[in-house]
Amino acid sequence: MTSSSRNTPANRFTSLLLSWMNQLGPVLGLACVWVFFAVVEHRTAQASGLQPSFMSWHNQLLILLQTAVVGTAAIGATLIIISGGIDLSVGSTIALVTMVVAWLLRIGMPAPFAAFGGIYAGVICGLIIGSAVIGHLGRCAAIAAGVVLGAWAFWLGAGVIGTIVIIAVVSFVLFQLDRRFIPNVKLAPFIVTLGMWGVLRGVAKGFGNSQPIYPGSDSWLSNLMHDTPFGMKGLPVYGVWLLLIVAGLAVLVLKFTRFGRHVYAVGSNEQTARLCGVHISRTKMMIYGIGIGCAGLAGLLQFSFLQMGDPSTAEGYELKVIAAVVIGGASLAGGEGSIIGTLVGALIMSVIDSGCGALHLDNWIQEVVTGIIIVLAVAIDRLRRRRIEP
Amino acid sequence: MPVNPSDSEHSDAAVANRGDVLSDVPQSARLMMRGIHKRFGPTIALAGVDLAVQAGEVHALIGENGAGKSTLMKILSGAHQPDGGTMQLDGNAYQPVSPSAGRAAGVAMIYQELSLAPHLTVQENITLGSEPCFGPFIHRRQARETATHALHRVGLSQDLRSVPLHRLSVAQRQLVEIARGVALGCRVLVLDEPTSSLSTSDTRLLFSLIREWRANGMAIVYISHVLEEVLDIADRYTVLRDGCTVGTGAMKTVTLDDIVSMMVGRHVDHLYARTSRKPGEVVLTVSQLGGNSLPIDASLELRRGEIVGIAGLIGAGRTELVRTIFGLDPVKQGTVQVAGRSGPFTPAVQWRNGVGMVSEDRKTEGLAVALSVADNMTLPRLTGMGPLGTVTRTRQAAATSKWAQRLSIRYESPFQPLLALSGGNQQKIALARLLHADVDVLLLDEPTRGIDVGSKAQIYHMIDELASGTGPDPRPPCAVLIVSSYLPELLGICDRIAVMRQGRLGRAVPVEQLDEHRIMTEAATAGQPATAVGEGAPT
Repeated sequence: MTSSSRNTPANRFTSLLLSWMNQLGPVLGLACVWVFFAVVEHRTAQASGLQPSFMSWHNQLLILLQTAVVGTAAIGATLIIISGGIDLSVGSTIALVTMVVAWLLRIGMPAPFAAFGGIYAGVICGLIIGSAVIGHLGRCAAIAAGVVLGAWAFWLGAGVIGTIVIIAVVSFVLFQLDRRFIPNVKLAPFIVTLGMWGVLRGVAKGFGNSQPIYPGSDSWLSNLMHDTPFGMKGLPVYGVWLLLIVAGLAVLVLKFTRFGRHVYAVGSNEQTARLCGVHISRTKMMIYGIGIGCAGLAGLLQFSFLQMGDPSTAEGYELKVIAAVVIGGASLAGGEGSIIGTLVGALIMSVIDSGCGALHLDNWIQEVVTGIIIVLAVAIDRLRRRRIEP
Repeated sequence: MPVNPSDSEHSDAAVANRGDVLSDVPQSARLMMRGIHKRFGPTIALAGVDLAVQAGEVHALIGENGAGKSTLMKILSGAHQPDGGTMQLDGNAYQPVSPSAGRAAGVAMIYQELSLAPHLTVQENITLGSEPCFGPFIHRRQARETATHALHRVGLSQDLRSVPLHRLSVAQRQLVEIARGVALGCRVLVLDEPTSSLSTSDTRLLFSLIREWRANGMAIVYISHVLEEVLDIADRYTVLRDGCTVGTGAMKTVTLDDIVSMMVGRHVDHLYARTSRKPGEVVLTVSQLGGNSLPIDASLELRRGEIVGIAGLIGAGRTELVRTIFGLDPVKQGTVQVAGRSGPFTPAVQWRNGVGMVSEDRKTEGLAVALSVADNMTLPRLTGMGPLGTVTRTRQAAATSKWAQRLSIRYESPFQPLLALSGGNQQKIALARLLHADVDVLLLDEPTRGIDVGSKAQIYHMIDELASGTGPDPRPPCAVLIVSSYLPELLGICDRIAVMRQGRLGRAVPVEQLDEHRIMTEAATAGQPATAVGEGAPT
């Protein structure tokens, strides 16, 4: 009843222990899954006289490599899910970005420009989704039309400056029209991104007439997921380091910036956030821009992994990404979630993939196991929370 | 229902208690709770509580937040099981295993937070969970009759039957909730803060209904923080403090002061603080303000160092006025001026202008209850919470504990979610947020709704300190605009009071020229009343 009655040293110790457990919970889960596969695979390999491979360093590197794409996208999705939203279009965004990057390389753009173009495409997708979520449907059209006209002008030889001017003018005019004439209709992120799931996949396919695009020449961009820093074989590939850098930045942003606190506040109670002077629409635009920008980065990594633009790649990644975030302890209702948890969630899924592969289990078993783990992880998470917050 | 085991298992304390507290209660009480014990982990919520309610009486259950009222009522309803003690209903053992078992036995709970389905119609809500059926199909005629009968008993028109609940006013929803209890043929009706969202005229109507039900032999447990109300309606009382029964008896034999002393365990004087204040320059000017549908026309000047109250009925547009001033609702006509700048403003700009607001709806708007104490308190002003524009937990915690100390807010850690705190502590955090943001103009919408007397006194004291500039911090006096449905509060702390009626704000009159009767007359007469429960179309 009274809060002071619980403040004995013993209780404080227990609550400290529980809060540690809370932080470490997903990590413990990851350790359990890893140890389970390590032991089982070791036994079966020995029984059949084969060399066990699951525990090898090489396999750990492979697990990390396989986490890079989903992990990067999941960091962006964590932001979105904490704010109470959801993104079902991650897979389509990734596919579109691989196409954009491959196309830019093929028309002879330098690799940094192509990389920037890929991430930019992701951010644009995010801004379109963000506009629809905050109710400015017209702005979506403005951004989309600006980009399409700009691309067309570029194609006709308007040059870089001409292209930028055209995009700016078209967008500005349409923004003004939106402000004057189009009523504000807020849409649920689920609906918007469900629509974009189809739209972006379709655009990706239309981009190359449903055919993959090959970049033509080799560049560092195509090797992000194959080369290691300093060419040292024992290190993870560049893509994994990129994931870690993005994760580190996201942790800092969520923990130590006003924007980070606003993300949690909007997800926990949007009305309270508004009352407290948080700019809801601006915050949401930033969340979707940055969040889906991360999906753009994931698309870059996916391109590098495939070394081509593939419009049908990353199908079903949206659910993998959401699963990673949720296993990591985020609530789909918003207000809760952490980057570290998400990383661990993504790793858990990669470990299951790798473990099932090492055990030579069929694909369907792997899918069943992954499904069960998702539900189990969330159930355990709820149970743990109940003990901490009676 | 199984026969209750003998009393031998109960603690000695409970047995000893029973003798002196219940000696004057005949054994024929409708509801008898004896020696109820309940622990939650290490916390003892109830340590031997006794409660006896007769048929045909209104029994007030009084206590500060955290005294154990809610726990006791949850045990009565079957939501919690007691660790010790017995309950009897009409002399038979009563051991509900779930809220539905409690309802089936005739105990109806009307909670502070309404538990109705907003998308269903009134009739569907009334019969929800107990639909008359033949086979898998709903017996429509019978359901209609049940609903008509129940609505009739709570004084609502039967035309409301097929109206979706969300189109009803708060007062009407409350009555629908009661109608649901009545439809099930309840023998014990528990009303938890039933008037917290009702205007004075709706409250009067509810009281006349309660008197009617009492005359029909229903046993009513009435929980309220508004002690004047309790003195008015209740026949007997039971006061809880720290999980124990500290007093019970006939209402006629005690005064308000006696009850307050029992509740807090000491004597509280000067509930309403009033230091001498000197009105300074005008900081907020509202002229002919109109919003979407409410307010229609409101003009007001607010000066530093004064507290202005806005009285009126529910639905008169008081909340909408404050929301429009703050920028939460759109301005359709007229102007808002703050410190020389002209609006319309957004809430973000208002905070920068030095204006802060406390929402009337603590749960859905005022606070993010899943977030921590520190996050809630520092949200409007996160700048300066760390080096280089960052936000650090240490600075947040320091800021939080500073204001928590000033308002004696109790919590275990600044990073504890708000959920676990009592209503009074939560409300003090909503107010502390304004102090943290260092505002000059405070817009307070029902700042003391549903909180205990101790917290109320602290909040009044704080408001007075801010308006008179006598607080420990050297700062100029603030301007306070306060909306309240509780007139003694307005009369107690305000310098001027304006009455709002049907979207129009009257002139702010010095409080010396006013009394409750004058305010009510102005709020409810002239033209038709702003709201009328149970009559006419839904709002």
